Amino acid sequence: MNGRPRACPDFPTLSRGGDATLVVPPLSLPVSTVAPGIQMAAVTAKPSRYTPREWRNLRLGLLFVSPWILGFLLFTVYPLLASVYYSLTRYDLLRPPVFLGVENYTTLFTTDPHFWNVMYNTIYYVGFSVPLGVVAAFLIANLLNSRIVARSFFRTVIYVPAIVPAVASAMVWQFLMNVQYGAVNGVLRSFGLPIIPFLSNPAWAKPSLILVAIWAQGAAVVIFLAALQDVPRSLYEAATVDGAGGWRKFLNVTIPLTSPIILFNLIMGFITAFQEFTIPWLLTEGGPMNSTEFYLVHLYRNAFRFLRMGKASAMAWILFLIIVAFTLVIFRSSARWVYYGGDK
Amino acid sequence: MIRAASPTRPPSSVQVRLQGAAVTLVKYAILIPLTISFAFPLYWMVSSALKIDPQIYTIPPILLPMPVHPRNFIEGWQVLPFTRYAFNSIVLYTVPAVLFTVLSSTIVAYGFSRIRWPGRDVLFWFVVMTMMLPWAVTMVPLFITFKWLGWLDTYRPLVVPALFGHPYIIFLLRQFFMTLPEELSDAARIDGTSEFGILFRIILPLTKPALAVVALFRFIWAWNDYLGPLIYLRDETRYPLALGIEQLRQRANDIGNFSNGIPYLMAVSTIVALPIIATFFLAQRTFIEGISLTGLKG
Repeated sequence: MNGRPRACPDFPTLSRGGDATLVVPPLSLPVSTVAPGIQMAAVTAKPSRYTPREWRNLRLGLLFVSPWILGFLLFTVYPLLASVYYSLTRYDLLRPPVFLGVENYTTLFTTDPHFWNVMYNTIYYVGFSVPLGVVAAFLIANLLNSRIVARSFFRTVIYVPAIVPAVASAMVWQFLMNVQYGAVNGVLRSFGLPIIPFLSNPAWAKPSLILVAIWAQGAAVVIFLAALQDVPRSLYEAATVDGAGGWRKFLNVTIPLTSPIILFNLIMGFITAFQEFTIPWLLTEGGPMNSTEFYLVHLYRNAFRFLRMGKASAMAWILFLIIVAFTLVIFRSSARWVYYGGDK
Repeated sequence: MIRAASPTRPPSSVQVRLQGAAVTLVKYAILIPLTISFAFPLYWMVSSALKIDPQIYTIPPILLPMPVHPRNFIEGWQVLPFTRYAFNSIVLYTVPAVLFTVLSSTIVAYGFSRIRWPGRDVLFWFVVMTMMLPWAVTMVPLFITFKWLGWLDTYRPLVVPALFGHPYIIFLLRQFFMTLPEELSDAARIDGTSEFGILFRIILPLTKPALAVVALFRFIWAWNDYLGPLIYLRDETRYPLALGIEQLRQRANDIGNFSNGIPYLMAVSTIVALPIIATFFLAQRTFIEGISLTGLKG
């Protein structure tokens, strides 16, 4: 057993391409792959862990998941490793990559004129849009979960913006927020009020994009609504008997019981927001004055406009580590505020 | 606040009933303006699509265009080869992406749920982990690989990976497959049916709703995808609708090119958004179930 290659019990189809393993008894299995003699004794002393039926299932299971394994290696593992390599080079696709060591990273952190501004923009956007979006979604879901008429109508209206093509949303928002002929400023102007330069003023651009992000939060609302409907009624009844009012019930029943879903929406929200591209790219193209040059916008520009594949890969890895760190911190903190109780 | 108006509470006094009425009033006072503001951008898209330039630039803005100009939908569509873009979006991208993803993910999900084998659950953790992996990390190396393969200006970089399963969809289908009783498969195994036979003749007919959910989501992702085509397609004749809209905006922004630029842009945006909205209305329950189950986003 000990002398056998590690890969053998786990991946027989990979190491010995589907032959007689099905019919032969497990005792004879390792013999062909290892040196005879010493191993024989070990084998007789400790028979294989798996019965023929288990071997068969292992082969079948791996056969079924093999498309994913292949895809995982080709489209996840290989690019991840390649990305590490490219991030250590200067590569413009025309000439072969030039190895630079960690220069891309040090340049980004020290002398790059844009990097810290991009980081600030991204953190600003993520820091406001995600918590605000999750809180808004949670409150809307609670409102929809109470006794109201036409609940599914309201839910539909709030959900649809989340699935409309981002390009179409971008076109209409750009039009709506236009300084001269946008609907919002048109109304303000007709009342003689000052106009709002939503997308043309650096101070307004980020809040405007956050507004668009919150508008497209419908999926989180639907997820919260499903979670709220799973909260057992008996808990609310018990709380009523104990004399709790609506607010107490919200704090002590609703929030704890839906906290795992709050955590889920927060994490998915962060991962998505850190990689926001389409809306800022189409609405403001990073401007005005680079105020909406978010991480992915900048990364895209470097990779596909300036053909700086090395720098873009380094940026991708920095983002990856930031996202991992963020997720870990939220998970760690979740032990304090997420309630996993009962039979859930 | 939420359950205060619940009928389980005995209406002990007028005060309580008044309080309930006030709570209901506040609820609708929040909900109705909220819903209007959520709906307004899309309403504005459709109503502006029916206007002509003078109606667009009027202050105060015209809420209900009179008269309407439905010809914008045809004229806007004809500014650029949108029929070709629609063909690209449907035939070259959406249909193969949906078919490939659903087929491969079904097979993979079966292997992760209906067959018991050592190491299965460990490997499934990797599937879950890839769900959380930021795609930005793999974007650059994948581009370099596909360029090296000579796949730029084709839909292969967007469609071929679909043959290897999609983590979210594998996850969702696995959850569905797990709910089916084990006896179903065991009976068929005793009869000598192969695992593929069990999957296609016994399990799949029972999971049609799940397949509909994942097909719908994959359809939306492909239809709405902007960044993928932006990276891989340069040749304008190969553009999908998403890139076509952007192209139309650039055309409309070139001053003096043609009038009614904004109405045309809104009209084409409406046409492109319509299949998504229509699908949602036709399959609302399927959608909501899918989102609630997995947290999939549109």
